[in-house]
Amino acid sequence: MNSLLTFPLGGVHPPEAKGQTAGLAIERMPVPDELEIILGQHIGAPCTPTVKKRDVVVEGAMIGEVQKGLGVPLHSPVAGTIKDFGMSAHPMRVTSPSITITVDHAAIPATYPRNDWSTLTVAELLGRVHDAGIVGIGGAGFPSHVKLKPPPDAKIDKLLLNGAECEPYITADHRQMLEHAADIVEGAKIIVKILGIQECIIGIERNKPDAIQTMSEAAQAGSTAGCRISVQALQVKYPQGSEKQLIQALTGRKVPSMALPSTVGVVVHNVSTARAICDAVVGGKPLYEKVMTISGGGITRPANLLVKVGTKASDIVAYLGGVKPELAKVIMGGPMMGFAVSNLDVPVTKTTSSILFLTEKEIDTRPHSQCIRCGWCLEACPMGLEPKEIGVFVEANRAEDTAQFGVFDCFECGSCAFICPAKRPLVQFIRLAKMKAKR
Amino acid sequence: MWTVLACLMPPLILSVFIFGIQTLIITAVSVISCVLVEAVSQKALGRPITIRDGSAALTGVLIAFVIPPGVSYLLPVLGAVMAIYIGKHLLGGIGYNIFNPALLGRAFLLATFPVAMTSAWLPPLHDLAIFSYLGSGVDAVTAATPLAVMKEQGMAAFTQAFGSGAGLYTSFFLGWRPGCIGETSGCMIVLGGLYMLYRGYITWHIPVSVLGTIALLSWIFGGEALCSGDPLLAVLSGGALLGAFYMANDYVTSPTNKTSQLIYGVGIGALTVLIRMKGGYPEGICYAILLMNPLSSVLDSFFKPKRFAPPVGGDK
Repeated sequence: MNSLLTFPLGGVHPPEAKGQTAGLAIERMPVPDELEIILGQHIGAPCTPTVKKRDVVVEGAMIGEVQKGLGVPLHSPVAGTIKDFGMSAHPMRVTSPSITITVDHAAIPATYPRNDWSTLTVAELLGRVHDAGIVGIGGAGFPSHVKLKPPPDAKIDKLLLNGAECEPYITADHRQMLEHAADIVEGAKIIVKILGIQECIIGIERNKPDAIQTMSEAAQAGSTAGCRISVQALQVKYPQGSEKQLIQALTGRKVPSMALPSTVGVVVHNVSTARAICDAVVGGKPLYEKVMTISGGGITRPANLLVKVGTKASDIVAYLGGVKPELAKVIMGGPMMGFAVSNLDVPVTKTTSSILFLTEKEIDTRPHSQCIRCGWCLEACPMGLEPKEIGVFVEANRAEDTAQFGVFDCFECGSCAFICPAKRPLVQFIRLAKMKAKR
Repeated sequence: MWTVLACLMPPLILSVFIFGIQTLIITAVSVISCVLVEAVSQKALGRPITIRDGSAALTGVLIAFVIPPGVSYLLPVLGAVMAIYIGKHLLGGIGYNIFNPALLGRAFLLATFPVAMTSAWLPPLHDLAIFSYLGSGVDAVTAATPLAVMKEQGMAAFTQAFGSGAGLYTSFFLGWRPGCIGETSGCMIVLGGLYMLYRGYITWHIPVSVLGTIALLSWIFGGEALCSGDPLLAVLSGGALLGAFYMANDYVTSPTNKTSQLIYGVGIGALTVLIRMKGGYPEGICYAILLMNPLSSVLDSFFKPKRFAPPVGGDK
């Protein structure tokens, strides 16, 4: 075992704040009357609708597909009628094209009987992953079937499953590891077969001892002579769940700048993606619902919810008893990397892992000041960059000159902004720098 | 900022005890002037007024700490104008100033009021019982600073005035010697410095490299023959400790990279010893820091943090 237990360079320790929801079982949220399904759910090309207005669709029916470019098909999360094509609120793009579906509450929920997948070929398995619209649920939403077809010259020897869940507040992966450990391990076995390798390591941070226990038992039960699955406990440090940091923590290998994990012989998937792959291959169930954490001091009832893709944040708020008057900020995603939203009409996508309702006490609204060159961001940056320099260059209108600082290595984990005593919005500076440096 | 200020309170309190209430008045004048000058400068320059961040108050305390306790109240006021208006705000405000504002204030005062700044020393008020208990002879304390006596009258006069041996170290470490308001008490400064280290506000790199270099070079060149100097005395006298922990460490004017910090600290230490031995002043750490300040960003542009994993074949 080459595990380093954590990544050595940089990192921070934000308050974990997972206690509100870590002990709550995943509950299925009742389907609202209407869903808005965004066509561009993730990285890659947006889908083109394959249905017309007033079409009747069943649960799991394909409603959109990608004609060219990188992408996966889109499925209806419910039985219902296509109401309209319009624009939906979006946390990053302001608005984004979407399909509105009126839900038929009388329809019987779809079931997906499990069947044996061991006789399927690699091509058939890959086909099922693609057809089910699986993307990386952990964050970026990279189409999974592409990750499962590494370049032919890459010699893959390990599959890593990411169960670090290092973002504060979020407990969605934690709960899935507790409640669906066997499915995650089954998903790992499917991926191991697709990749033609024999080893899978599941990395989990030590702040989830129950998940480590449950997953270890499931991994032991699921391991065979040709497929060794093990669980590795990791030190608690943010951003442990970042791909490059996790690979280094688990294998000691460093993925070079601008390169994919396959260059060092590993493929990384989130534990919840592994579960979705299991559902897709074993049951033929497309990805159209997901487990989310709804937390923070500003929501009446924090919860881990199983939510249909397309459910609006406002529906979730209504289901959980509304927001408290102290609510100050709503964030889609984690507090470190998520995006603040300005209204609750934003629909859930395949990659939304949480919605946080934070109070004044949980955020810092003080205005930022100039950089005082304390250098704390240099210590915190897991990529060994100089966030302060990039920030100063951006403020001086020289964003295009920041490539010299390796700005494209930055994956926007927010460690620098978290540690900055001047409260500088360093991640925003870096995003701006990337946009301008690309031109 | 407020924590750093809190760390400076023990040396101030001890200073009031050693030199009398005068030091407290000078510190208060200095702090009030700094805060006022900051507010007026920011108003005049059309910038947001940030006196509540504690940075001007901190500069005020540091200015008071590096002037003698017996000066006129006009001096800290002028020092504040120089430090805050010219040294800080005309150079761009907090974060952009090249030189440590408090030391710029001191350098200005030293140039304009050379007599007051080098002779308005006060002898310690109390001859503490602790010294008779320890059996040291501090009863013959003069009102000239140890470094000045050593430089101008030689080691023999120094020993006669301040004693020698363990008792000398003890009295210097505790602060019973003439000197600037905040620089005399080594123990209180080190205490505050260690607390800041413990809290992670500063790292060891700058103080250790500054003090290490001063000790090493004073040991080699400070005595009659090579390698016969007194490194401990060199570190305990003058403003070496105050400079190493509170001035050289100033975030804005020091380098951020650890390697740069070590080189910067060694540079300060070497310049301090050079000025102490060959320069026109008994103490040199103020000018040593001011001389190294502009090199901070130069050093930082040479030494870059280690990247996680650079791209294969280098950056394009």
